[in-house]
Amino acid sequence: MDDVLLSVRDLVVQFPTRGGILTALDGISFDIKRGEVLGVVGESGAGKSMTGAAIIGLIEPPGRIAGGQIHLDGERIDNLSMDDMRAVRGKRIAMVFQDPLTSLNPLFTIAEQLVETIQTHLNVSAKEARDRAIALLDDVGIPAASRRIDDYPHQFSGGMRQRVVIALALAAEPDLVIADEPTTALDVSVQAQIIDVLKRLCSERGASVMLITHDMGVIAETADRVAVLYAGRLAEIGPVRDVIKDALHPYTHGLMGSIPTLAQEDDRLVQIPGAMPRLTDIPDGCAFNPRCDRVFDRCRVERPDPMPHGTRQVACWLYDEQQIKAAE
Amino acid sequence: MSDVLLEVKNLTRTFDVSLPWLNRVIEREDRQFLRAVDNVSFQIRRGETFALVGESGSGKSTIAKMVVGLLPASDGQILFDGQAMDVNSSAAMTQLRSRFQMIFQSPFASLNPRWRVRDVIAEPMKAFGTVDGKAAIDKRVDELLDLVGLGASDAGKFPHEFSGGQRQRIAIARALSSNPEFIVCDEPTSALDVSVQAQILNLMRDLQDELGLTYLFISHDLSVVRHMANRIGVLYLGALVETADGKELFKAPRHPYTRMLLEAVPDLEMTGKEQSVVKGEIPNPINPPSGCTFHPRCQYVAERCRNDIPVPVPTPTGEAKCFAVEEGRI
Repeated sequence: MDDVLLSVRDLVVQFPTRGGILTALDGISFDIKRGEVLGVVGESGAGKSMTGAAIIGLIEPPGRIAGGQIHLDGERIDNLSMDDMRAVRGKRIAMVFQDPLTSLNPLFTIAEQLVETIQTHLNVSAKEARDRAIALLDDVGIPAASRRIDDYPHQFSGGMRQRVVIALALAAEPDLVIADEPTTALDVSVQAQIIDVLKRLCSERGASVMLITHDMGVIAETADRVAVLYAGRLAEIGPVRDVIKDALHPYTHGLMGSIPTLAQEDDRLVQIPGAMPRLTDIPDGCAFNPRCDRVFDRCRVERPDPMPHGTRQVACWLYDEQQIKAAE
Repeated sequence: MSDVLLEVKNLTRTFDVSLPWLNRVIEREDRQFLRAVDNVSFQIRRGETFALVGESGSGKSTIAKMVVGLLPASDGQILFDGQAMDVNSSAAMTQLRSRFQMIFQSPFASLNPRWRVRDVIAEPMKAFGTVDGKAAIDKRVDELLDLVGLGASDAGKFPHEFSGGQRQRIAIARALSSNPEFIVCDEPTSALDVSVQAQILNLMRDLQDELGLTYLFISHDLSVVRHMANRIGVLYLGALVETADGKELFKAPRHPYTRMLLEAVPDLEMTGKEQSVVKGEIPNPINPPSGCTFHPRCQYVAERCRNDIPVPVPTPTGEAKCFAVEEGRI
């Protein structure tokens, strides 16, 4: 059995606008293995959520996938019809959104929402679905699940609601869970609980996770590998430990330095000058070149594609073989 | 001149969250009060940064609003430079008001979208009459924009033409325009990306060094607080459970809640430390637990914690409200 569950190749997402075509994702490629947690990190507008939306087929028109391929378990899913995609979505790929308040329907009890999801995807009786729902709520750590299942979403706290959303996502036993900023709306003590639940349940069920977040700390705690996005392009991808301890791409390096940590003694944070370019206004060559402190001529004209470097891939001319040779 | 710029004594704020009168009569409910801030006292010395840290609902922003006079206190006193702040006395308040300013969390909501940047920044100068004449005001606006890392050419633009980080710079320029000594920063970087957050935090520290500002810095993010603060107060359900010097709090947290918060911070160093999973969530503030409000989540809980309310006991650099600390159990 091939152990790659999801493969994304040269994904391009474009939005036609009055001012021309806006490329939100520009040639993103990565794989997610079975049972692996892939972190996707980047700043607002880098294309993190767009990547998740493209995989699950939820790009809002007029946006569209303009190029590339997405394969789930060897089967191409980026060109499926609406109906075929609906069979994949929820059943094989599930999604956990940022705000648990908006992803639950306030007019239905938790039981109704869970049972509906389970019966849509699995062929079970209503009684069986309810029993499964209670077991799921139990698993995600909701106390007195058999009683609370008949409550409405507003009767739960933020952390408990996010647990319910995780239960909903896992209801159909998906192969891949895309979690888009699952803890951003929560307090740190609750965030730790939710990450723990998500990690534990996915590893028990053998589901892969694509964890989208802007918080490097969450990635460090959770992910096996991490992909760093910048301006709709992949800057660097590799094992979490390597990327965090020894970032290759100058952007990743700056990003890591700008995070205040509990251990550092230094008074000043590293700051990357400037801001991420607007998507309509991406510079030639490497998208990061105007802000990069190690920029050279080639970066301004030629765009680097991710190139292998040890355990990682990095889109930076500094790691081009010829460049390294020339430096020696 | 006293060393202490701001002193808060036994500050309390309750909100009436009762049902409407008719519902109370029909449903036989009593009036309900929410104690958002409960007997909080602290001092901020000149030139230092005092941080208040806590989770949502712990009363951080309520304290900030009371300190700048946007919200009257239910009980207790706020002394600014030795003078009591009285929200009802407008003449004395206007005098004091020009000496402190506030920076809000969302730079998208705190700048009027219909005003040009020049007018946004000039407003405090006009309101307090600190600078006279249009030419002088314009000159000062240009200086301020330069100070926060924007250009004089930005003065004619509208807020929507700027990114989040740039807008927060404008908000900082506005706060500085009346030459305040004291700035209350309510989650100034929570709405920003980390690389932009680093720029803003560095800017705030530079300005502090340059202008001798005193900050009350409010945040839920412990690593940001550690980076910014000289002294830290930890809030839980409206009460200050621990105060300590910045470095000390992180090296040797005393109160069990502080310990729990520190352990919950994701470990970016990847030291492989085992994260102890935090128990429970913040209880409903309308009906807080008896005794020490933290006792249902505390791993050092004893019988006494369930019944009695702890009083602050001195620790090496501050104080903590905990029986376990008092009895030397932790």
